[in-house]
Amino acid sequence: MININGLAVEPIIGLEIHVQLATRTKMWCGCKRAFGAEPNSRVCPVCLGLPGALPVMNRRAVELAVRTALALNCRTAGFTTWDRKSYYYPDLPKNYQISQYDRPLSYGGVFEFPFANRISRVRIIRAHLEEDAGKNVHDFPGCSAVDLNRAGTPLLEIVSEPELHSADQTREFAVQLHRLVRYLGVSEANMQEGQMRFEPNINLRILKDGEIYTTPIVEVKNLNSFRALHGAVACEITRQVEGWQETGVVATTGNKSNRGWDDEREATVAQREKEEAHDYRYFPDPDLVPLELDEAWVAELKEHMPELPIPRTERFISEYKVPASDAPALVDDRATADLLDQAAEFGGDKSTLAKHFLSFWARHANERGTPIADLGISSKHLAELARLQCEGTINATATAQVADQMIARVAHRFSGGGHESSSESEHPAEAKLSPRAIAEQLGVLQSRDEDQIATWVEQALASNQKAVQDAISNQKKLKAARGFLTGQVMTISGGQADPKMVGALIEEKLAEIGQSKV
Amino acid sequence: MAAVIDEEQVWHIAKLARLNLSDDEVQLFAGQLAEIFAYFRILDTVDTEGVEPLAHALAVTNVLREDEPADSLCSEKALANAPQREQGFFRVPKVLDQGSGT
Ligand SMILES: [Zn+2]
Repeated sequence: MININGLAVEPIIGLEIHVQLATRTKMWCGCKRAFGAEPNSRVCPVCLGLPGALPVMNRRAVELAVRTALALNCRTAGFTTWDRKSYYYPDLPKNYQISQYDRPLSYGGVFEFPFANRISRVRIIRAHLEEDAGKNVHDFPGCSAVDLNRAGTPLLEIVSEPELHSADQTREFAVQLHRLVRYLGVSEANMQEGQMRFEPNINLRILKDGEIYTTPIVEVKNLNSFRALHGAVACEITRQVEGWQETGVVATTGNKSNRGWDDEREATVAQREKEEAHDYRYFPDPDLVPLELDEAWVAELKEHMPELPIPRTERFISEYKVPASDAPALVDDRATADLLDQAAEFGGDKSTLAKHFLSFWARHANERGTPIADLGISSKHLAELARLQCEGTINATATAQVADQMIARVAHRFSGGGHESSSESEHPAEAKLSPRAIAEQLGVLQSRDEDQIATWVEQALASNQKAVQDAISNQKKLKAARGFLTGQVMTISGGQADPKMVGALIEEKLAEIGQSKV
Repeated sequence: MAAVIDEEQVWHIAKLARLNLSDDEVQLFAGQLAEIFAYFRILDTVDTEGVEPLAHALAVTNVLREDEPADSLCSEKALANAPQREQGFFRVPKVLDQGSGT
């Protein structure tokens, strides 16, 4: 319950989400699914709805739909059928949409996501397959124009129970679902291209003088950004409170209405109601035979499910010791998260590896506008660089320098049109990217050769007698003198000496000299 | 058997199907449809106790194709029968909203 205008209000929000599936071809025909192609160039008799054309189901679309259903903990129907939803609109060439009415592909799921320091649990009523409509274009004076390239694109419709209770929670649900479908590889879910669209239905329970009043349900159509979704829900909550205070109208059967979102005014606006709009006259499509999802098929799809983003985030926090606030940066892009896991398999300190991902690898990726996975650095080399730093073979500054060099060499290799995959084989071009080889060439390898370091230490002590005297005779100056001497050794060694070993040796030598003086 | 469809329903269905009927036609079709529906009612006499509703006339399931691209028509062919066109688009009377938002 929240307080608006002195009233206790509980918003009740459900979501309908349409997700375009990442198939190569359309749902019922072999036309390529493509955004931005020349208008009406990706059409054929099937998706134009020409007489005599017969639709045939795309196996991949079914599999992507089932994969999503499983990730949403839905039950899949053993037997599922196709129905015609009839309505006239210029973007719908057949005058019906092939959809699923009473026997959807999946139902009865639940989606859980973290929100406001708790786990939100929203039940999923159903997820079914259907086809997208074409596009109406309004760029010409005095007419509308229709492009049917999108007609017949496989669309998954996900319907949630009205179990969301604020604009923030609704947006978070949408954000998490967006990440999920991208993770599953079932949709590119590009919002600008309308590949994921939201339709919230919103009403309120208002408590006044011990009575509960329920406002009429409003469905806001076709929102294709998280901002619009959040804005529409927030706007409706305020508008419905004010509307109820003014009119006292409560929900009855038949007073549900549709509204649109005005992006410029940031407000929902009334849509002209078509009185017969909901008379869709569903009936079984005689062109399409039923689909049986047998257990073996579903089990096989289940087996290939990736680790889902929310459990993976938790694992990364504990396994890679990253702060909860940084974890999404590692998890959000699945290929990058996979790469991190692959690199970790080479052994070594996972937390150093994760720190590299969050610092310089993230910076390089940002500069190139790609995910880390697309930088072209193999998991083996990522692991090797982390190991070099952990072992003390190179210091932190040198680690970042080596990384810069690796990136520069990958860029060079790519521009040279060479070997493009980041495969594990030690191809000659690949060897040039080896962090150890690069560190050697840059001369940043720290020497761990005791004899060599001892020689450098001798030299430094011999030419800095004053500091040696200070160190052994004046306890107060010991620390400063030791630091100075370490610096001298590092200078003599050209930065190659391992500072830890240098420190230890200097201490040893000073102790020896001090001893002999007593 | 009594008529199961009246003129008001014919008007409604005609509107959904974007048919422009005259009063005479509505009267005529209401009568004809009532007869057709009455004829179908013979099916009500069949005992369907314990029989699963049929999903499709054919006892076939899972007719699927692989996700392989096939040739599309070129836009010239796609538009060949369009009554009106506008620069590669089908030209239609002005509609106000963004789409049917399926
Ligand atoms: Zn087609």
